[in-house]
Amino acid sequence: MTDLAISKRTAAPRIGEDTPRPDGVPKVAGTFAFSSDLHHDRMLWGGTLRSPHPSARIRSVDISAAVAVTGVHAVLTHEDVPGSLVYGLEHRDQPVLAPDVVRYEGEPVAIVAADSPEAVRMAVDAIAVDYEPLDPLVDPDLAERADPIHPDGNLVRRINLIHGDQDVRGEVQVEGTYEVGMQDQAFLGPESGMAVPAEDGGIDLYVATQWLHSDRDQVADCLGLDPALVRLTLSGVGGAFGAREDLSLHVHLCMLALHTRRPVKMVYSREESFHGHVHRHPARMWFRHHADRDGSIVRVESRLVLDGGAYASSSGAVIANAACFAAGPYRVPSAHIDGAVVRTNNPPCGAMRGFGAVQTCFAHEAQMDRLADALGMDPVELRLHNALAPGDELLTGQTITGTAPVAEVIRTCADHPSGASMAVDPMELPGGAGRTADPEHVVRGEAFAVGFKNILFSEGFDDFSEASCHLADGVATITSACAEVGQGFVTLAQQITREVLGVDDVVLLPASTVGIGSAGSTSASRQTWMSGGAIQEACGQVRVQLLERLAVKHGVDADDLVVADGRVVSMAGGLEIDLVEATAEPIEASVVFRHAPTLPLDENGQGDAHVSFAFSAHRAIVDVDVELGLVKVVELTTSQDVGRVLNPLQTVGQLEGGAAQGVGLAVMEEVLVQGGRIRNASFTDYLVPTALDMPPVEIAALIEEAEPGAPFGAKGIGEPPSISSTAAVAAAIRNATGLDLPRVPVRPTDIVFPEGAA
Amino acid sequence: MLNGRQHVGVSVTIATSLEDACAALTAEPGSLVLAGGTDLMVEVNRGSRRIGNVVALNRIPELAGWHLIGDELRLGAGVTFAEICDPEIAALVPALAQAARTVGSPQIRNAATIGGNIATASPAGDSIPVLAALDAVLELRSAEASREVPVTEFITGVKATCLMPGELIEAVRVPVLDGPQEFCKVGPRNAMVISVASLALLVDRSARRIRVGLGSVAPTPLRATQAEDHVSGHLDWDNGVPPRLEVVREFAELVASSASPIDDHRGSAAYRRHAVRILAQRSLTRVLNRVSPS
Repeated sequence: MTDLAISKRTAAPRIGEDTPRPDGVPKVAGTFAFSSDLHHDRMLWGGTLRSPHPSARIRSVDISAAVAVTGVHAVLTHEDVPGSLVYGLEHRDQPVLAPDVVRYEGEPVAIVAADSPEAVRMAVDAIAVDYEPLDPLVDPDLAERADPIHPDGNLVRRINLIHGDQDVRGEVQVEGTYEVGMQDQAFLGPESGMAVPAEDGGIDLYVATQWLHSDRDQVADCLGLDPALVRLTLSGVGGAFGAREDLSLHVHLCMLALHTRRPVKMVYSREESFHGHVHRHPARMWFRHHADRDGSIVRVESRLVLDGGAYASSSGAVIANAACFAAGPYRVPSAHIDGAVVRTNNPPCGAMRGFGAVQTCFAHEAQMDRLADALGMDPVELRLHNALAPGDELLTGQTITGTAPVAEVIRTCADHPSGASMAVDPMELPGGAGRTADPEHVVRGEAFAVGFKNILFSEGFDDFSEASCHLADGVATITSACAEVGQGFVTLAQQITREVLGVDDVVLLPASTVGIGSAGSTSASRQTWMSGGAIQEACGQVRVQLLERLAVKHGVDADDLVVADGRVVSMAGGLEIDLVEATAEPIEASVVFRHAPTLPLDENGQGDAHVSFAFSAHRAIVDVDVELGLVKVVELTTSQDVGRVLNPLQTVGQLEGGAAQGVGLAVMEEVLVQGGRIRNASFTDYLVPTALDMPPVEIAALIEEAEPGAPFGAKGIGEPPSISSTAAVAAAIRNATGLDLPRVPVRPTDIVFPEGAA
Repeated sequence: MLNGRQHVGVSVTIATSLEDACAALTAEPGSLVLAGGTDLMVEVNRGSRRIGNVVALNRIPELAGWHLIGDELRLGAGVTFAEICDPEIAALVPALAQAARTVGSPQIRNAATIGGNIATASPAGDSIPVLAALDAVLELRSAEASREVPVTEFITGVKATCLMPGELIEAVRVPVLDGPQEFCKVGPRNAMVISVASLALLVDRSARRIRVGLGSVAPTPLRATQAEDHVSGHLDWDNGVPPRLEVVREFAELVASSASPIDDHRGSAAYRRHAVRILAQRSLTRVLNRVSPS
């Protein structure tokens, strides 16, 4: 018994120790059950009829032929939505099923349940919709002047941020216009789930998502059901990156299941998935930086236009981020940022890793390089000279009270030696397997970028996470509705519990809306802090109860007792109790954890709207085949402000994965939209980096300065890697080619025909 | 009353001999022919091709394997791109192996076959420019007859071939040439990418000819004949003295002008034409110092 406990101790990692993911090997081996693998013996298959038009009036919908298809059990339209006809993350402005008008290509119009996927397909094809196509509004610059395409108007939100003395002018000014294309989260597991009707008139929905309770509330609204009758359980998530924060098939599945009284399963095809979730906002950005001769930034002006697409989703929060962090992690005493996110008939945009900060980082870092050039200063020196530090003010007037090791992040990354050699094998050169280049065709470039964003929810949002800990017979059982979407919460929850309670055996119950309150969204780099914090506190309370109980029982002072390695030990000596024995009678605690409150932004975009900030830097080295316009990213070096490393293995994974998405946006990832239509809705044509495109990520430094208020001092680490990496790679291509390259992704023709010949 | 539409069952014939396959195709001439499935299943999954009766070819021994017959290589239509990457085949037709390496991912190369790549007849088919440059001959077979067709005549348009109902590709024959070979392919990603432009350049020492095939710049397989004539006539086949830079440039120009590319979401016509010009220049330069007899 004792021996067993000792041997298990060495195998159960705690805070700061490498903790392999339990789902890692199963995913690689193909045995992990994703939400698309759900099965029920009595299940029907669901499918969706989507609008072929980016903008059209619906004259009529005739389902009679679809209903007559053999094996079809239900064909439902907007008329069958039992509750609220609309849903949405921030604003409920998106129809469950389009009633009289469609506002983007792929908008759901009708849903079907049938015996087989083939019967679903036939029925979907048999639904006759009479559309009157309208001219789509596709240019975000025209949106505010155009006729409203939605009752809520075409301006989703404007942030007119005015900070400091508006009359300040710099001796040196640089100006630029920049553009970011529409990136997709490109998760591998398409939208999928299963709804099972329950005896009590409620519904059980198994789905891959980022925020179970928010989904539940929206679904319950649309179904006209009490939220207690709508129970969501997290299914195997195949990536999220923001794309699962909005509802997709949730209400549809429940409607079909309630209608047919049968379990219904739905899996989007890859093409459908591109229409079935929000993307990263395309951005058009103008900047003017003012600086003194010594390199001090004195003012930043900017205009930002983000294309929100047809529905609001989280656009309001995205434009706030874009505006608040528009100038980068630098001291900027005066600023005017006019940021707008508008409605168009393009695909809806919303949350994606980096959330508004990615777009502006690309622009402000290009501006910093321009400014360095105009000043004749080293670009890294210029950044160091202006780097934010604790006690400095942000553009919002908020003073940074937590950690902000910006200079350390910059210095460690810039000083890190490069290991990049010059390749000879064409496979390793730009063009890769296509063998297009020889070494003499290649120019090398190098550049540097810094970025930051807020972590946790901002602007006065009541951000909380609930968790409970149940300790019995030496086993701790943790309940949390935190959605594990690949970020590594399942290991962290166990590490934190072991650390606080000194136990080895930790059971993390499946995430669901039953028996526990909301954990909040798995987004905004917030779950380590919020749900990690909730678990830390719940375990802490259990620990206190345990020690008090033992103190009373053994007549010792509770302060004299410590829990360590499966035992409770008296520091004074003489008492040593096995945890299994000590917890024969269970102990339980539930907590609702909140971070420090924030305030809304005022009409000038000012206010203490954010809690905490995370910073990162990337240095990119690229090889460019200028004649063919092809790029090979040779090396990425990064430093990041992490507060504290909780799981080193997962930290490396986050830094590498985030950088891969950043490289993708820099050189290839774009949802091509023409006239409101997606032209590359497949992984044949929406390209993400392969092993030949993704360089090794050298981690120069993980800056560990404990963040006040965060569990163990740890900041969330998921987003920063995707913020500064894109900017660094694009700048390195500029450095290699001498071209302006004001747009990402950088396309071969941007390099070959810089004047826009074709 | 109108009967409900029926989802009718389909038959799948898993042929284990050529004869079986031909018989099945004769019985159901509209059947889909399934080899590696790497093109077909994408279309089926996307819903752009409704699946009917299927004849699966991947268990037919006669379609597997390759043989060297004299100075000709005969590849069964079922030979996969992974197999073509094999050093033994690469030594005989280096450009075909280089092209095979650019096809998809390892999983795709393990399944995708050369016969399937030809039958799909995509302008972006990676093996097509090499086969065109090699003057590859296809052996076609049906229950009643067999015939031979050059690959350049077999493909008649975008995804269109002269394959008749009931007919399938049995094998591909290509010459083993004396001289270096190059295959280059341009795409906006360093691997697993559909060709935006590609070029095969083969040296045929015994015929004293440079052969050039182009991909993704025309609806059908394209030989840059004028460019071939021009450069073949200007090379010093006896002593291997490199030609003037101007010859290389003129050659590249002629290659570019032989292309008739289109604009689409993968690339513009101007970029495609530009790319084959650069590829022509570079691949010729690569082979030039290897032109003279060793």
